Amino acid sequence: MSHPGESIVAVRGLRRSFGSTKAVDGLSFDVSRGEIFGLVGPDGAGKTTVMRILAGVLTADSGSVEVAGCDVRRYPESVKSHISYMPQRFGLYENLSIDENIAFYAGLFGVSRRQREEVAARLLALTGLSRFRSRLAGKLSGGMKQKLALICALIHEPQLVLLDEPTTGVDPISRGELWHLLYELQAQAVTLLIATAYLEEAERCNELALIHQGRLLACDKPEHLKRRMAGEVLRLVTPDPRSARDYLAAAEGVRNCVLIGDGIRLVVDNAELRMPELRSLMLQTELRFSSFEQVSPTIEDLFVAGAAGLLQGAPQ
Amino acid sequence: MNARRTLLVARKEVTHVLRDPRSLFLVLLMPLAQMMFLGYGVNLDAKHIPLCIFDREGSQASRTLLSWFGASEYFSVVNVLRTYDESVAALDAGRCRMALVIPADFSREVNDKGKTSVQALVDATDDNHANLAIVYARAVLATYSEKLRLDYLGRRGFAHQLGPILTVETRTWFNEELENRNLVVPGVMVIVMAMVGALLTSLTIAREWEVGTMEQLISTPIKPMEIALGKLIPYFAIGLLDTALCAEIGVYWFNVPMRGSIVTLTLASSLFLVVALGSGFLYSAVTKSQFGATLVALLMTYMPSLLLSGFAFPISQMPFAVRFVTYFVPARYYVTILKGIFLKGVGLKSLAVPTLVLGLYAIVVMVQVTAILRKTVD
Ligand SMILES: Nc1ncnc2c1ncn2[C@@H]1O[C@H](COP(=O)(O)OP(=O)(O)OP(=O)(O)O)[C@@H](O)[C@H]1O
Ligand SMILES: [Mg+2]
Repeated sequence: MSHPGESIVAVRGLRRSFGSTKAVDGLSFDVSRGEIFGLVGPDGAGKTTVMRILAGVLTADSGSVEVAGCDVRRYPESVKSHISYMPQRFGLYENLSIDENIAFYAGLFGVSRRQREEVAARLLALTGLSRFRSRLAGKLSGGMKQKLALICALIHEPQLVLLDEPTTGVDPISRGELWHLLYELQAQAVTLLIATAYLEEAERCNELALIHQGRLLACDKPEHLKRRMAGEVLRLVTPDPRSARDYLAAAEGVRNCVLIGDGIRLVVDNAELRMPELRSLMLQTELRFSSFEQVSPTIEDLFVAGAAGLLQGAPQ
Repeated sequence: MNARRTLLVARKEVTHVLRDPRSLFLVLLMPLAQMMFLGYGVNLDAKHIPLCIFDREGSQASRTLLSWFGASEYFSVVNVLRTYDESVAALDAGRCRMALVIPADFSREVNDKGKTSVQALVDATDDNHANLAIVYARAVLATYSEKLRLDYLGRRGFAHQLGPILTVETRTWFNEELENRNLVVPGVMVIVMAMVGALLTSLTIAREWEVGTMEQLISTPIKPMEIALGKLIPYFAIGLLDTALCAEIGVYWFNVPMRGSIVTLTLASSLFLVVALGSGFLYSAVTKSQFGATLVALLMTYMPSLLLSGFAFPISQMPFAVRFVTYFVPARYYVTILKGIFLKGVGLKSLAVPTLVLGLYAIVVMVQVTAILRKTVD
């Protein structure tokens, strides 16, 4: 069934505006069968809009969208039985129990009773929800709700699962368990398209599309993306990061400089050359710093670099 | 159309109602409360019309006439006035609906010419009541003059036992006692059914949009018609239950006669329910919020079915433009049918026209529902 490399989602020149807001502004990307594809972007980047269009619940303004061999723009209903979509907001019925929600969604997809019982038992066991089968969905914790939503999304064994920020508001342990389930699915050749604003989560994907203001910054494997970064990353930890940033941003060889956590991250053309220069610049001032080192770029760095136009070979 | 998916939605909806005390309240208590509230509150009764009296003569004869008005159950004398201006002021202030002015030469005219007139000033802001007041006043005056005539003949030696030669007796058919409640109860039923029907469906759809379950639901292969029918079936059943509840209250609590057949009542109510439930879908599909849908549903059902259905204000007395509008108020036909069933006991044959029109509305609304229920969030 699965042919690695063959694309299951093909998006070309996708646009969608809400009034004057261009939520999706000329997006193109492909998702290959069997991969975990991450749609990464900050709040308001347009992730949900893309997911909704792919799921056939929102119309696009222009562009072409092919999902699981169906032209979604023209036949939005045809795609719905082959895929499943888990909205960003919990979409199950709070006054139905776990079992009732599963039975409802299984029924809508025409899943046989046997398949439903088999799949549900396996997924409930895998997520540790077996004990709570008769509990109302509204009485579940955030993590349990997301697991239930995922089970309902998987009950008809879709080829493609669209997950919009599945781990937002979920505790780290449940998040780990959810990812365990996602890897399990990948092993069964299910394609996963995950929208996320968590960059550490993005590193778990096989392929990433970085989205910013409805546009694609870059689309590649996480490790390739890191290599495409034009420059090297330095991390400076200081009690006064704002002043340090203002001071160093204009220094020679510094391409980008942003506040992150308790320090600043600088993108420089050549770390070996610039480190000593910047260190001596800092020493000429009152600014104190506890550490200054070269680090390997994270997705977050890529994002910042991408937004600043510092990703080589980025799509036009 | 997939029957299994439709039934799944229907079953889920029943579970929601049973588990949510608020919807149970809406389903059972609201119709009950509305029937009681409106049944007692809406007063179309024309008895005890407040009457002011300005007696310019103050003779034995004029006082007798006025005592007749006082004794009639149609009037209550609320004020005895001393000037014409006071009478006008009393009308303006709404202290009375009618002011009766007896001329200074009342008994002289009666004795000399054998005829006279009294002046009745009527507050016609509510022309219904004004008309009734005039009719009743004429009736009282007619009986009084009849008596005068007989007295006169009696004094002339004619046998007293002649009795009145001719009397005018007004008979109101179908509602013999002109009982307020007999007219109000069918009308209130219409309002309650229109409102409950529209609220039930508009709330269930709007809630799904608001809570976010609709987005999940429309991402499945379910068809709009299946959602609509699945939600319609349980609320239709509930609506019929409410109709029965209202009818029982009408018959057993307010003692409204039930002269027609239950079958006709059920059929007409079913059609009206489809219209009411269907319009609830339309309101919620447009507003997508529970608050908005409730507001629109109340506005679109309560007012038209109260004002334009012909229950509180007779359609024949409305200005042409308004009368034209009433043809587009489905409640109008349901009122006609209910009055026909309860008060006249007529069968389906006599009610064919309003029933057919209701059926037509039911179809139109459902067609609109399927057209407007889209499976997209935008
Ligand atoms: N239904 C809508 N009506 C109006 N504007 C919208 C609508 N949906 C999205 N937008 C706007 O489009 C832009 C993209 O929104 P979208 O929800 O796709 O972003 P997102 O990446 O999912 O963000 P988040 O991380 O907050 O979920 C935002 O500016 C948002 O305000
Ligand atoms: Mg989103």
